[in-house]
Amino acid sequence: MSSAMIELILQATLDTLYMVAISGFISTLVGLPLGVMLYVTRPRQILAKPLLNQVLSIITNIGRSIPFIILMVAIIPFTRMLVGTSIGINAASVPLTIAAIPFVARLVEAALNEISPGLVEAAQAMGATPWQIIAKVLIPEARGGIMTGLTITVVTLVSYSAMAGAVGGGGLGDLGIRYGYNRFNPTIMMITVVILVVMVQGFQSLGDYLVRKSDRK
Amino acid sequence: MIELRNVSKTYFSSHKGSRTHAVHALKNASLTVPKGTIHGVIGLSGAGKSTLIRCVNLLERPTSGSVIVDDQEMTRLSRSALNRSRHRIGMIFQHFNLLTTRTVFDNVALPLELMGQKRHTVRDRVIPLLEMVGLADKANQYPAQLSGGQKQRVAIARALASKPQVLLCDEATSALDPQTTSSILELLRDINHQLGITILLITHEMEVVKSICHRVSLISDGELVEDSEVGDFFTAPRTQLGREFLNDFLQLTPPKELIERLLDAPGDNTHPVVRLTFSGDAVSTPLISRLARECEVDVSILQAKVESIQERTLGLMIAELLGTPTQTQQAMHYLESHQLQVEVLGHVQRND
Repeated sequence: MSSAMIELILQATLDTLYMVAISGFISTLVGLPLGVMLYVTRPRQILAKPLLNQVLSIITNIGRSIPFIILMVAIIPFTRMLVGTSIGINAASVPLTIAAIPFVARLVEAALNEISPGLVEAAQAMGATPWQIIAKVLIPEARGGIMTGLTITVVTLVSYSAMAGAVGGGGLGDLGIRYGYNRFNPTIMMITVVILVVMVQGFQSLGDYLVRKSDRK
Repeated sequence: MIELRNVSKTYFSSHKGSRTHAVHALKNASLTVPKGTIHGVIGLSGAGKSTLIRCVNLLERPTSGSVIVDDQEMTRLSRSALNRSRHRIGMIFQHFNLLTTRTVFDNVALPLELMGQKRHTVRDRVIPLLEMVGLADKANQYPAQLSGGQKQRVAIARALASKPQVLLCDEATSALDPQTTSSILELLRDINHQLGITILLITHEMEVVKSICHRVSLISDGELVEDSEVGDFFTAPRTQLGREFLNDFLQLTPPKELIERLLDAPGDNTHPVVRLTFSGDAVSTPLISRLARECEVDVSILQAKVESIQERTLGLMIAELLGTPTQTQQAMHYLESHQLQVEVLGHVQRND
């Protein structure tokens, strides 16, 4: 294999990591508070706002129900407005982030669901405000579950980012399609698959380690 | 220190297709707990105990009535004033409710953090508390590493961290074994004694009431049906439910063969079976032999027990009185005139 080819593979790997990092980071930044909101605004919860809860839930469900490949194409005008282009890794990061936000939110909500209501009650009995309950009880107690959710998100983003290659997104998926599929080069195809497998294994192991560290149960 | 006036709590649950359904968890409950006392509320599950205790710190907001803690009307407080007054009311729970991701130290420190206290003040408060509950060596462990009794000790230390004047105990010993229960009760008694904290506890165990309470209320179907000194409650409960609790606790029920033979009404050649309850002086008086001599009845003792409830002694006996109807009537009058409670359980036919 030529050194140019190796450089191409290396660049594609970095591109994939870049897309996963950007979309993973921003979707956590937005999805985590959204997940907490989905939980605390439920009826009978500490900041019960049933109507707001309904609205958030519907928006989240819409986001979750659009197939990624369609979402990618559908929001091209928005992507162009945001990053000035609809191709390349920055452009691909936009739909990746948008797809991941409701995903993260639901996983965070599920993690919060696992907390015993008794803990919230105990904090209320101590005179904790809703914000104190979120910061000192809910998020720390759900840390293990949230970590699990974020690991699932990152792994999903790796495979979604490969899909972004189909529409000129860059990264390993793009490489695999252009060189492996279109030029019929099975070696390149194999290498991209192996790199993706290794990447997913790595993220999963890292996630598992962080979950173990934060879980005291 | 704690006063509930005509507190009612009604839950409305709506079922699809039918009208909303109202559940009256508390009906006009009134209760006064003087400063420095331990008051128990006993009742069966579903009687409204949990709702009652949660109305004190407004974890449940009463539908009507007023809740006064330390001369403060709780139901009229703003959210922030309510949170401030909750700092003066500690609470412990059946399932401890410790944060699993915090160490023992940090769990006890939590209420102080919530009050915005500085790190070194927190430290100065937490360490002596852990010493008091006997867990100073466990400060850096996590709740998962502790036994049930130890977890409840941490919960007690946490409840006391904000220097409350009132401690609410929600079935605090129900998840613990008998030995651990008695050590936790002892700790609660010490806290009441040394710190003068007023304790309101709810339980379904007579043992808890017997060993630490000064006064007790009986709750049934959302109503407080009885309120008395513990000594009185254990010697002369005024309600049927109170008697059932007491009999269950003392395990003094007639043998099964006897119950099967019991007739409701006296007939020819029957003898009454009575349950005698006596306390105070009557315990040390040889009443039965006097009864035999003075009323000329024979007494066949089927079961007997002496219990000490705090500083009082309580005697219980199930006996059959053998004699003519006039003699046995007289015997019962004789017993009643000596401050014994006589309850006729039924009548048995003599075999001989």
